[in-house]
Amino acid sequence: MGQTIIEKIIAAHCGRKVQPGEIVWLELDIVSARDFGGPNVVKNYEREYGDQPVFDPDRVVFTFDLCVPACTLKYADNQQICRLFAKRHGLRVFDVDCGIGSHVMIEEGLAGPGKTLVGTDSHLNIMGAVGCFGQGMGDVDITFSFKTGRTWFEVPRTVKVRLTGQPSPWATPKDLTLYLCKMLGTKQVALKAVEFVGEPVKQFSLTGRITLCSMVTEMAGIIGFIPELNGKTTQELMALPGFNLEEWPEPDPDADYENEISIDVSGLPPQVAVPYLPHKVKPITEVKGTPIDSGFIGSCTNGRVEDFRQAADILKGKKIKPGVILKCVPATRRVYQTLLEEGILEILFRSGAVVSNPGCGGCAEGHIGLTGEGEVQISTANRNFYGKQGKGQTYLASPAVVAASCLAGEIISPEEI
Amino acid sequence: MKEGLIQGRLWVLTNDQGRLIEDIDTDQIYHNAYLHITDRRLMGQYALGNLAGWEDFARRAKPGDIIIAGRNFGAGSSRQQAVDCFLALGIAAIVAPSFGAIYFRNAVNSALPVIRCPAVENLVANGQLATGDEVRLSLLSGEGENLTQGIKFNFPPFSGVQLAIIQAGGLFAYAHQLEKR
Repeated sequence: MGQTIIEKIIAAHCGRKVQPGEIVWLELDIVSARDFGGPNVVKNYEREYGDQPVFDPDRVVFTFDLCVPACTLKYADNQQICRLFAKRHGLRVFDVDCGIGSHVMIEEGLAGPGKTLVGTDSHLNIMGAVGCFGQGMGDVDITFSFKTGRTWFEVPRTVKVRLTGQPSPWATPKDLTLYLCKMLGTKQVALKAVEFVGEPVKQFSLTGRITLCSMVTEMAGIIGFIPELNGKTTQELMALPGFNLEEWPEPDPDADYENEISIDVSGLPPQVAVPYLPHKVKPITEVKGTPIDSGFIGSCTNGRVEDFRQAADILKGKKIKPGVILKCVPATRRVYQTLLEEGILEILFRSGAVVSNPGCGGCAEGHIGLTGEGEVQISTANRNFYGKQGKGQTYLASPAVVAASCLAGEIISPEEI
Repeated sequence: MKEGLIQGRLWVLTNDQGRLIEDIDTDQIYHNAYLHITDRRLMGQYALGNLAGWEDFARRAKPGDIIIAGRNFGAGSSRQQAVDCFLALGIAAIVAPSFGAIYFRNAVNSALPVIRCPAVENLVANGQLATGDEVRLSLLSGEGENLTQGIKFNFPPFSGVQLAIIQAGGLFAYAHQLEKR
């Protein structure tokens, strides 16, 4: 019997062929911690291991992205705790100026095809976008991995999800992703690995792949992979430092899947997740006209250059409706630089948007993206759980829909602008 | 815990229609406003503090209590605090039809028994498991019993490294045991 992608990567990191359901000790290529979880890891580490060295200082990193630069004393203390630990142990720190850790690790080539990477970020399965097994874990797990370079892992079964049909021209990868959240809910791929196949996802750019893979978390899945590549995306991947296309993981033709789910996306219009669940998704026609107070473009799901380009195409030469605030947070400093060089920052600025430095704190009360009681926000983030971004209501949508809605002051499809 | 037996008073996390609440995420269990806290003793007061109808759980829970929740309990973030807040209150076990993957790991690693038991959906719907009932759970045999109502049920028992970690008292204790061998 052949192997699925996850089975192959795990097998290569525990030295033998594996079966779904068994628990293995997995060797890790990179172990990371953020400014949330990181200080807990340091505290655990020093209690359990004193001043013993980490398993490999070149493979343990900190990424600060939640409260950057710190705007509370607690986070300032916590980040400094991590910096001092890193200094003592000779570890790299991607500090408060770098951006979202998962994206930085992709840009820096730490996450690559066939590798394994863990950290204190529940969206680390985003690494599936570059063919890497990534997984978010708690501070106990990560402390143990700092020391040993290993973790216990239950080999998941794999579900194949096949997309068919041609979506509408206004459907971006985020719209397909939200539609998949709706169709798969939190049951169909729960605790499973997913392989997304079919022409619609094959055509996804790296940015689109990041969007889809990040929201496998919201589908309660372990990780998603998109094995089929197109020429342009292959070039994007090859431009990443150290990227080795030969390591790109593909399933065996006779791999064993739990099941195959086929989803038709023919003519799919833009999609919006309504409060308070990411899988409570409706076509935009059903929520059109909902008044909004604010918009948010950013997060690990939609903070790439392509996402802001999408928004800028709509905002160019126009003004955000008075009274509406559009908040923009690039994923990384490199993204920020490209936005600057391509003139996208200027378009955003002239439209009236607020643009901040890179970060990921809107989901954790550390940065831009929060709502007050009664506020309605439309956001490109991945979660709209009750109370998560504050007491307001959050709708989830693509950057194009968020930009269009901020011009109109109500939820509206970009085709109407 | 060595013998894998747990007995305690039940809290069934239901909504205002009396149904098990599904997809309870880590922000409802332990809100991100308190993520900066690293001292476990301070975490208990915030347990379920953002779950509608259960905001006062921390004041009502007693050490040894057992929680039953709907499927996909602990969805969302990787925060260990969402497990540690229950340990701070002395919660003995959490039973649900399924758990978020990261949450499940975090709980095992902290030796909080998280019991995957699909049967509780029907038992709760039929009133055969209710808040206040006294329940006994055997992690080794996978047998559960509602002592108040005299009803028995089953769940997949713990085995392998997961059981070893829970019995050792958590991942660190387990690892130290391995080093000593």
